[in-house]
Parts: sequence; structure tokens; C-alpha cells
Amino acid sequence: MSKIEIKNFNLYYGNFHALKDISISIEEKRITAMIGPSGCGKSTLLRSINRINDTIEGVKTEGEVNIEGVNIYNDNVDVDFLRRNVGMVFQRPNPFPISIYENVAFGLRVNRIASSKEIIDETVEKSLKSVLLWDNMKDKLHKSALTLTLEQQQRLCIARGIAVAPHIILLDEPCSSLDPVATREIEELMIRLKDDYTIVIVTHNMQQAARISQDTAFMLLGKLIEFSKTDKIFTNPSKKETDDYVSGRFG
Amino acid sequence: MIKLNPKLSQKLSYTLLFMATMLAIIPVLVIIFFIVKNGASSISWEFLTSMPRNGMRAGGILPAIVGTFSIVVCAIIITLPIGVCAAIYLNEYAKDNLLTRIIKLAIVNLAGVPSVVYGLFGLGIFVMFLKLGVSIIAGALTLSIMELPVIITTAKGALNSVPQSFREASLSLGVTRWQTIRYVVLPNALPGILTGAILSIARISGETAPILFTVAVFYVPNLPNSIFDQVMTLPYHLYIVSTQIPNMPKNVIYGTTLVLMMMVLTMSFVAIFGRAYFRKHRKW
Repeated sequence: MSKIEIKNFNLYYGNFHALKDISISIEEKRITAMIGPSGCGKSTLLRSINRINDTIEGVKTEGEVNIEGVNIYNDNVDVDFLRRNVGMVFQRPNPFPISIYENVAFGLRVNRIASSKEIIDETVEKSLKSVLLWDNMKDKLHKSALTLTLEQQQRLCIARGIAVAPHIILLDEPCSSLDPVATREIEELMIRLKDDYTIVIVTHNMQQAARISQDTAFMLLGKLIEFSKTDKIFTNPSKKETDDYVSGRFG
Repeated sequence: MIKLNPKLSQKLSYTLLFMATMLAIIPVLVIIFFIVKNGASSISWEFLTSMPRNGMRAGGILPAIVGTFSIVVCAIIITLPIGVCAAIYLNEYAKDNLLTRIIKLAIVNLAGVPSVVYGLFGLGIFVMFLKLGVSIIAGALTLSIMELPVIITTAKGALNSVPQSFREASLSLGVTRWQTIRYVVLPNALPGILTGAILSIARISGETAPILFTVAVFYVPNLPNSIFDQVMTLPYHLYIVSTQIPNMPKNVIYGTTLVLMMMVLTMSFVAIFGRAYFRKHRKW
């Protein structure tokens, strides 16, 4: 069974039909990339998987997004619990203006997942280790997160998400505010994380999708045009639109 | 039409603009200068801490200071929590519908209602209808109602300046909306809310009309014991010593003015410096 199965999903911002009848199955412990020109709906689709779109006024949805067989748009779904299982990393690093330690501990504390200091310390260490920040930061845990470089801030944001133990990590153009070296570092991190998490990444950068993902979805004007193995999308796509886009004829 | 040489017209317009700025601040500086010059001599420990004597012509202004202080403290205790709650509702929860728009319009317009109208409203509602009498609580409630729109507006501004990305980050960790407000939005909005509150305190300490019918009295021989007592207040005392008592020594009038002005200015400066400090230390 696929980890995330989206069936005939439609989304409207007021009268604007942003996602049109999307169906896609995302497999476990792989990196799935979503590509397409600006405004094609790839971020909207990503943001539908943890229902963070709910915070925008006037959003209406139809169809299903099933995670492990449960439609997360069912009325009886606990949205806050869903979001704990489906972490999200945003375009611009957005650490809270508090210490590095407190950033990672935030979800544990506020959600009352853990209260004992040992468990929190342990989780903070484990989370920072998994994003390769621990060795540099273990003596600076109580410095403000805003003193970090953008790349370190983005790693910290990933660690903050990991700390509440999600199965799925959604990344919304996580490298768009980073330089090429930092981008490569974050890409390597995502490849490492793939062994433990199901990763869905939206990217503007086709090379990035080609480098790190196993599956790629190409979207255009709110429709899913093609979804296939990354190799196939980039070397032998079956739709003309995909071919035009990946070969750089538009977009 | 006369064409001036561009260099000359540049100089001329600069001078005009500069003069306009000077005209705006000179009166304020002159007022402060005269009040300090004439009032400084009468400020003494005794003036600040003793009761008036000899028909207010001598002694101190302690009851007026205590009176103003107690009304203002009561008013802010009432208005700050209500104002912040309303601001949270409007900024974080309210949907953009007709009701919300009417509420927002009302808030903007309430801030422009003349203060004497609030004074008469307070007299009608709190003093007479609710039978609180002329008392600290009646005056504080009147000032609260007057200040509520201002508090809501500044608190809403402070909440609104907290980046949306912080809210999304918190929600994406499975934190509920209320917990997000409680642990992310409020702490980051607090400096703005507090500086707004201090400015409100400064503003209401100098208000005369709203307290005229609801709390202030000509003279009381004792300091207040409870919130149901009448008190003397600085602005009203100033009005009385300036106009209602013959043979009033000038230095008492200037001294009272100076105390009131220092109170208001000090609070404003605290708020302004506080705001500047928090702006500098915030990096988003």
C-alpha cells in the first residue's frame, strides 16, 4: 500500500480552481519531487498533505488524501495529530527567535509529548544529530537560533520537525534561499533522511529533482501532467508538456 | 509665472520646510521650558508627599498623585486583558465577514469620540445606573471604555507584526491554534503590546473630561481606602488651582503642572525607548 494516496483531489481558493482532479500515489521511504512552473499548484498540493492550507481563508477541497489508508480530510481526523505525523519545512528557514535547544524542544514541550528533562535532552540530541548539526552546536545550544547561517537554520527547522517524530516530511522549496554549497549540503541530508522518512519535496530546480528524487510529478496549471520514476521523467517522458518543460523549452 | 533659478528655489523650499518643522516643535519646547523654569522651585519631597494645606495654597499634592495613580492602574488592569483578548480574536480568529468589518469600523470610530462624551456616558452608566457613585472604579471604567479601542488597535498591530511563518512553523509541528498563539504569537507580540499599553497609560493620566463627573473631587482630606472612594486627581486639581481659588501662589500651579507633565513624559519615553530597544533586538 502507498504511504500517501491522493484520489481525485480538487482545491479551490474562493472561486479559483487551484488543483484539478489530482490522483497520485506516493511510496514509502523514497523522495518524491514535485516540479512545474510557478503557480502550477505544486506547493498547494504539498500543503494539502498536512492540511496547513486550512489556515487560509476561503479554501475548499474535494476528494481524498489518504495517509496509510485514512482520509485526512474526514471530519473526525485530529488535524493537530496529523501534523505531528507529517512534518513540514518551509521555503525560508523560519526558526523561532529563541535558543537552538528550545527550537528543537518546542514541539515536545508544547504538545506535551515529553516532560522529563532527560527525554527532551535526548530527543534534542538525536534530532540535531540526524541533521548533522550536533557536533558543531553541542556547546552552543543556548545561543539564539537567529545567530546561525541560513543553511544551519534550515537544518535546525528540519530537526525541529523531526523531534516530534513524523513519518513523512514535506519540504516546500527548502533550498530556494540558500547558496549552491548550502543547497548541496541540504540535498545530501535529504538523501540520508530518506532511509527513515517518506519525503516529498517541491522544487523549482529541475536539476535538484533529478539529483535527489526517485519519483517525480510534473504539474501544470493545477493539473498533474505526469508522474513516474525520475529517470523516466527526465530522459523519456510520455507527455509532450513534460518533455517541453524538462528540456527547458518553457517554464 | 516667475521662473526661479533652480539653486535658489531649492534653497527656498528647504528653508520653508525647515521653518514649518521648527514651528511645530517650538511651542512644545517653550511650554516645557516655562513649566520647568517656574515649577522646578516648588518641587520638593514635601510637595510630593504631603496633603494640601491652607485651601490648597500650601502643602503638597499627594492625594492628587495617589488619585491619578490609582485610577490609571485600575483602568489599565481592566482594559489591557480585555483589549488583548479582543485583539487576539480579531487578528487570529475572526473571519473577514460583515460582523468583523462592522466591529473594526466601530473600533476606529470609537477612538475618535470626544472624551467629554465618555465622561457623560460614565456618569450615566457607572455613577448613576450601576450606582457605583463618584468613585475610583467608576472613573477607571470610564477611562477603560475610552482607551479600549486604542489598546485593541495597538495590540492588534503588534500581533499582526509577528510573521505568518512563525505560526505556520508551529502549526506544522502539530501544535494547536491556541497553543500557537500562547507560545509563539503572544511572546513575540508582547513588547509591542506593552509599549502600546504604556502610551495608553500616559494618555489617560492627563485626561480630565472622562474623570470630571465620575471620580474627581475638589478636595478630600484623606487618601482613598478602597476603589469606591472619591479621589483628587492631577489634571482636575490643576484646573481647580488655576481657576477656582483666589490668591493662588503661582509656583503651586506650575509645580502641579510639572508633576503631571513629568509623569506623562516619563511614561512616553519609557515606551519609546522600550520600543526602539525591542526593534533593534528583533531580527526577523
